Amino acid sequence: MHYRRVLVVAVAAVTTVGLAAGCSSSKKSGGGGRGPITFVTGKDTSGVWPAIANQWNAAHPNEKVTVKQQSDQADQQHDDIVQHMQAKDPGYDIVTVDVIWTAEFAAKGWLVPLKGQYAIDTSPMLGGPVKAATYNGTMYAAPFASDGGLLYYRKDLVPTAPTTWSELISDCAKKTSGMGCYGGQFSQYEGLTCNAVESIYGAGGTVVKSDGKTPDVNTPQAADGLNFLVNGFKQGYIPKEAITWTEEPSREAFQSGKLLFLRNWPYVYAHLTGDANSQVKDKFGVAPLPGSSGLGTSTLGGHSAAISVYSKHQGTAFDFLKFIETPDIQLNQFLKVGTLAPVLKAPYTDPTAIAKFPYLPTLQKSIDTAIPRPVSPFYPAITQSIQTNVYQALQGSLPVQSALQNIQAGITKAAGG
Amino acid sequence: MTAATQAATTSAVELPKVRRRRRWRFNMRAVGRTLGMVIIVVWCLAPFYWMVVTSFRQVDYTYDNALLPKHVTFDNYKAIFQGNNHFGRALINSVIIGTVVTVFAMIVGVTCAYAIARLHFRGKFAVLGLILAASMFPGVALVTPLFQFFTNIHWLGTYQALIIPDLSFALPLCVYVLASFFTQMPWDLEQAAKVDGASPGQAFRLVILPLAAPGLFTAAILVFLSAWNEFLLASQLSNGNPNVAPVTYAIAFFSGSDPRIVPYTSIMAAGVIITIPLVIVVLLFQRRIISGLTAGGVKG
Amino acid sequence: MTAATGEKAGQEGQVGAGRERERRRRRARASQGDSRLAWRLIAPTIILLIVVIGYPVVYAVVKSLQLDKADAGINPSTGFFQQGGKFVGLKYYRYWFNCNCPNGTNGHEFWPAVQTTVIFTVITVIFEVVLGTMMALVMHRAFKGRAIVRAAILVPWAIPTAVTARLWEYMFQPHGVVNSVFGTNIIWTGSVWPARWAVMIGDIWKTTPFIALLVLAGLQVIPDELYESARVDGANAWQRFVRITLPLVKPALLVAVLFRVLDVLRIFDLPYILTHGANQTTTLSILAVNELRSSQNAAAALSTITFLFIFLVAFVLVKIFSVNVVQTQARTVKA
Repeated sequence: MHYRRVLVVAVAAVTTVGLAAGCSSSKKSGGGGRGPITFVTGKDTSGVWPAIANQWNAAHPNEKVTVKQQSDQADQQHDDIVQHMQAKDPGYDIVTVDVIWTAEFAAKGWLVPLKGQYAIDTSPMLGGPVKAATYNGTMYAAPFASDGGLLYYRKDLVPTAPTTWSELISDCAKKTSGMGCYGGQFSQYEGLTCNAVESIYGAGGTVVKSDGKTPDVNTPQAADGLNFLVNGFKQGYIPKEAITWTEEPSREAFQSGKLLFLRNWPYVYAHLTGDANSQVKDKFGVAPLPGSSGLGTSTLGGHSAAISVYSKHQGTAFDFLKFIETPDIQLNQFLKVGTLAPVLKAPYTDPTAIAKFPYLPTLQKSIDTAIPRPVSPFYPAITQSIQTNVYQALQGSLPVQSALQNIQAGITKAAGG
Repeated sequence: MTAATQAATTSAVELPKVRRRRRWRFNMRAVGRTLGMVIIVVWCLAPFYWMVVTSFRQVDYTYDNALLPKHVTFDNYKAIFQGNNHFGRALINSVIIGTVVTVFAMIVGVTCAYAIARLHFRGKFAVLGLILAASMFPGVALVTPLFQFFTNIHWLGTYQALIIPDLSFALPLCVYVLASFFTQMPWDLEQAAKVDGASPGQAFRLVILPLAAPGLFTAAILVFLSAWNEFLLASQLSNGNPNVAPVTYAIAFFSGSDPRIVPYTSIMAAGVIITIPLVIVVLLFQRRIISGLTAGGVKG
Repeated sequence: MTAATGEKAGQEGQVGAGRERERRRRRARASQGDSRLAWRLIAPTIILLIVVIGYPVVYAVVKSLQLDKADAGINPSTGFFQQGGKFVGLKYYRYWFNCNCPNGTNGHEFWPAVQTTVIFTVITVIFEVVLGTMMALVMHRAFKGRAIVRAAILVPWAIPTAVTARLWEYMFQPHGVVNSVFGTNIIWTGSVWPARWAVMIGDIWKTTPFIALLVLAGLQVIPDELYESARVDGANAWQRFVRITLPLVKPALLVAVLFRVLDVLRIFDLPYILTHGANQTTTLSILAVNELRSSQNAAAALSTITFLFIFLVAFVLVKIFSVNVVQTQARTVKA
């Protein structure tokens, strides 16, 4: 009796699995449906979403939007979306995607393409975010907040910010005792990919060719770029402990006056000026990232909103996407909190906004010329390859040349090579 | 003390020459014991102390290293109960989930452990293996199938979706701890009860169960805490429903003013709040049960 | 009676004859009713576990034999992944065991991950057993301040890993409190062994109480008379520990070791938060999560491999455990 029961359960399980695997072709629900929707986003640390939702709901009482917040950890947000998409959950109408997930989700057929009846006017937007939301020639997500790397520098010690790496290195002499020179995010995680590709871009290198999948990272330019960081650890213009840094420890080092130059995101600005323990309140400036010969290139951060193919109210969802792209929302909601950079060009030239956030023109330059990290459905494998190899190169346990070879091979392998 | 008794009580123990140093050794032992206690307490509590200190620190001074509290504030404690953290609710949920898992695992596990420890049947080894196999599959591999399964039967974000998977590790733990404990019990008492005409069930309920109290309690603490600690399954299967999500999930939701900021001070405050009542409760119960044991005299 | 007990307790090995005799006697005594009762008592546990774990396990195994959509290639015109689900046999298992993959890919990480997982398991379990037993002995013997010790050792275990991992991350920062208290300048999460020790210290701190509690429960059923008579005979503390305590707490200790081994072999949160798997701290579970983001079916294969690996280890331990159960029982009944 006991064994029979076991068998029944096992058979039932196998059958269910078989069925689930057998009918995985996605059924496209008819577009244009209207009704209440759910907007899924990572933990709203800035508090803008409830306000935006209220504003929308007041005008659309029959098509109310509910904001569902996920964890504030990007990995967990990603996995949460994957789970719900795999379960074909119609309850996730709009999902917030990090710029690096767009291609993966689009290639899996989970996102409604933003073309035809769902086309969005991208002309008032900055170039970078649109590029990052485009996969295989089609836009799949509407960017709403952007992010770009900036160079924070101690203007009390270095009156003019360096524009090249060699200038930066020679400026290191101006640091006072007990200070490190340059810092960024060099722990083995996504932030390292950002720093590494910025260095590679900054020396004129690239990671993948313009088709978005053929690797092109094993080049002298890329080696030059990476060497800026590797030599930093070797020669000491990057402090040893920076190998453990994510955004926060690096900010802490700069904020407590222990660092001359810091590569970080715009969110840092408010802390440097406002935190009680800040040692650098009026002593720092913000500049574009330096490069090998002339200004460097930032990588692009930020988030877009995409409509799920399993949503039953795609019409409403699309209208809500357009709503969050309006100048009013972009200027009065996102920019207001100072941690979400708008994707429209207009707010960056708004005089009142610049008065509040003097770094805006610099940030616009940074985002406008920013290059997205490779827009590839195999991004998780690509970033992992970059992180692992660059990290070992920074530690000095792997020559830069081998690291680049490995990344080249890793990207080929990831794309089914 | 004759040679005969010596031989009878201990066999391979050699006759030491230390008898006359006993007093001195006794003091040494007392000193050693105290020292041992101090070391243990420091080892266990030093990180906790740091947690407490950090939890009272202003968030701007997160990375301060002063060993004594400086920049003291209660803001972290206030903050975790505020807004959409749902921390209070999550505490209740954790208690509910932990209690149900424990009670369920104990009820089912006690009978199973009894059979394994006391009864003789073929396939015992296979049963032991099978039970254990349930807690060998990597938790990360359970999430996706369970998520899809619970979605299909509309259980996502319910208590049962959080409780049932926990049994996969709670039940094996419970069975093994109890089985090992039951084998140590003075079973002649059970035999005596049987001779007096009690059924195996009665013998178990009336004689063995009370004697097994410390073991049961240990098992219950371990099972409760393992359910209390669970995060991976809860993070997905609660589906963000604050009415059922446990405290581990709520803590993962704490955030600073930017997603890149790890809100150490709030996390530590939450850790302190979670720990203190648990320790007090366990302490109260445990003392009672241990004194009960010595009074009851489980002495071979 | 006493003599027999003393002798048994005195001999660490406890081989053969006595146990065999005891076993045979019991088997003879075991009636048909015993066996039926046993199955009735066990059935709920087994059924429950199959319901809870059966579906996910079968699901993972089936998936691990099918082609993942993410490995089916991309249709160049649409940009979409092609249909997965085709039966591919042991493709993913071969991938893990025998992948000629470049550094930085998951396939390359498999054997290092096995090594790391085993290192973590062996070192942490040894430390936890030694420290846990010491803690249990102190708690068992000490009278003044016993309550404080009991409360203290529960603290590390009562704090969820989600919190302790953050606590250690915070303390092990280059300018964290660990370095400042010890006056060291170690970059804990910046190179291989410091990073591994950081993970292991965190794990040992948190889970030693688990072992201590189990051993303490085992200690409490040891009759004081055994110690009394041994003491009267002049056995010193070490001799009493090795000859009496250790053999008698062995079943409890084995359970503790068994569950700790199973837990550490699947360790995830602590190294994931502390090091993101850098510096050779990628365990099998971390590797499975990394792979999950690329190919779910390859991750399912890795989970199945991990399961089989743990099963192998557990098989040996369960064998020891079940032998020990019978053995100890025989002894205790006699006492």
